[in-house]
Amino acid sequence: MSLRTVRALVLRYLYLYTRTPVRIVELIFWPLVHLLVWGYLTRFLQQNIGDDFPHEITFLIGAVILWDILFRAQQGVAIFFLEDVWSRNLLNIFAAPVTNADYLGSTYAVGMMRATVTSVMLGGLSVLFYSFNIFQLSWALIPFVFNLLIFGWALGMISTALIVRWGPAAETLAWAVPFFIQPFAAVYYPVDYLPTALQWIAKALPCSYVFEGMRGVLTDGVVNWKELGIATLLNFFYLGLAGLLFVRVMLKGREKGLLTKFASQ
Amino acid sequence: MHPPVLRVRELTKHFGNVTSVDGVSFDIFRGEVLGLLGANGAGKTTAINMVLGIVTPTGGRIEVFGKELMANRIEVLRQMNFCSTYTQLPGNLRIWQNLKVFGQIYRVPNLNSRIDEVLEMLEISHLKKRVSGELSAGEGTRLNLCKALLNRPRLLLLDEPTASLDPDIADKVRRVVKRIRDEEGTTILYTSHNMRDVEEVCDRVVFMHRGKVLFTGTSEETLHHFKEESLEDVFIRVARGGDIESKGEIEEASK
Ligand SMILES: Nc1ncnc2c1ncn2[C@@H]1O[C@H](COP(=O)(O)OP(=O)(O)O)[C@@H](O)[C@H]1O
Ligand SMILES: [Mg+2]
Repeated sequence: MSLRTVRALVLRYLYLYTRTPVRIVELIFWPLVHLLVWGYLTRFLQQNIGDDFPHEITFLIGAVILWDILFRAQQGVAIFFLEDVWSRNLLNIFAAPVTNADYLGSTYAVGMMRATVTSVMLGGLSVLFYSFNIFQLSWALIPFVFNLLIFGWALGMISTALIVRWGPAAETLAWAVPFFIQPFAAVYYPVDYLPTALQWIAKALPCSYVFEGMRGVLTDGVVNWKELGIATLLNFFYLGLAGLLFVRVMLKGREKGLLTKFASQ
Repeated sequence: MHPPVLRVRELTKHFGNVTSVDGVSFDIFRGEVLGLLGANGAGKTTAINMVLGIVTPTGGRIEVFGKELMANRIEVLRQMNFCSTYTQLPGNLRIWQNLKVFGQIYRVPNLNSRIDEVLEMLEISHLKKRVSGELSAGEGTRLNLCKALLNRPRLLLLDEPTASLDPDIADKVRRVVKRIRDEEGTTILYTSHNMRDVEEVCDRVVFMHRGKVLFTGTSEETLHHFKEESLEDVFIRVARGGDIESKGEIEEASK
């Protein structure tokens, strides 16, 4: 991977976001809507459930913030590719001296930047509106964020691979893929509440350990490092798998002329 | 003689059961402009895409600067560039921003002054701060050409660069092509449907039909071979008559 090439590809996104403020609005608007919905739902539940477990219920707000990290990281990777499709720039990039590693490295960087913008904003607003401080998670926050970013990148690569494979008609996968797994990811409720078969799916998804872990820390202040270790291992497995899938689809794409088909549509 | 800058041997591409390029061979030497001609669907763009490494050949061999393309892809691409009617630069960026991004990708030294230079060359310096998506088709093509010249490529691939240009701008583009060939010794592969382009800038031409090379030679040799008055006539004949060899046969065929 060449840092100079990555810097150039990322620069393009910085120019894009400063040139088109609408995209920043999109980056801020949707997470904000989510926070407000779940935030007020939390307040409503807190006031009606009584004092039995007022703390635990704030995990809904934590879930909004953490889910958004995964989602933005995934988006960064998938939209990176689509931006080039939309602007008919795809061949300019793929016929330039850019390796797969440069390309993926740039998408990770953009994913991380998007996640940083939204999580800082959500973190600040949740303190302000709902007195929920994400830093309650203390040091556990670091492995949580790390795991969510990696899984987001992996899902992003899978989204892009599917879009290349199935063509522009599959574009909506860029937004849909994270939501395919959301029901099983134990984002807003514990894994135990899923039927047994689905619990297995949950256990195969690294992000479910993060959301379980977050609830654990908020309820009894204990970090389950063993589970986080499992999540990290699973993550590296998925990241590698998604990387292989991406490289393979790009090879196939060159064979079947899929990249040039995108360009001529 | 130096080895060719681009050597293509028995290049073949099948898309499923469609054969787009069928055993194509040619060489381009340093400082030469080679015209790749043929009707729509002849396989010109597919051939160019294979030289760019964005389409993998089904068979055959491509050597650029004496090196096998796919094994040296990044190194080779850094000294190559292209401009095609099928691509654009991101419309939401300003012209200088787009050129800055691609200049960095191609590792262009003294990038800022090189950007001014190429804008000057294509006479669009006044558009430097404009948003790329707001350019007219002709201005957009010239911006694409700026991107293609940015890294002073040793091998330049131009896929119908004059397709959407008015005669005045097309003339300017031809002059730029001749200028970089003469001043920098750039080697150029050029596709066009405009025979005026070809007569003016191409040192040699390759006529393709349904994926195959029909004839390779200078303009004069081509006219002589096909016994026609102009390249335009040759083009029409090739497009309609396919690989029929002589004028007599094609007249036979049309009876
Ligand atoms: N990605 C692709 N998938 C399937 N067929 C393709 C693809 N690209 C080109 N072709 C086919 O290959 C043939 C040659 O096309 P092309 O190289 O674009 O010709 P030209 O540039 O000479 O007009 C056409 O029949 C076209 O439909
Ligand atoms: Mg073409």
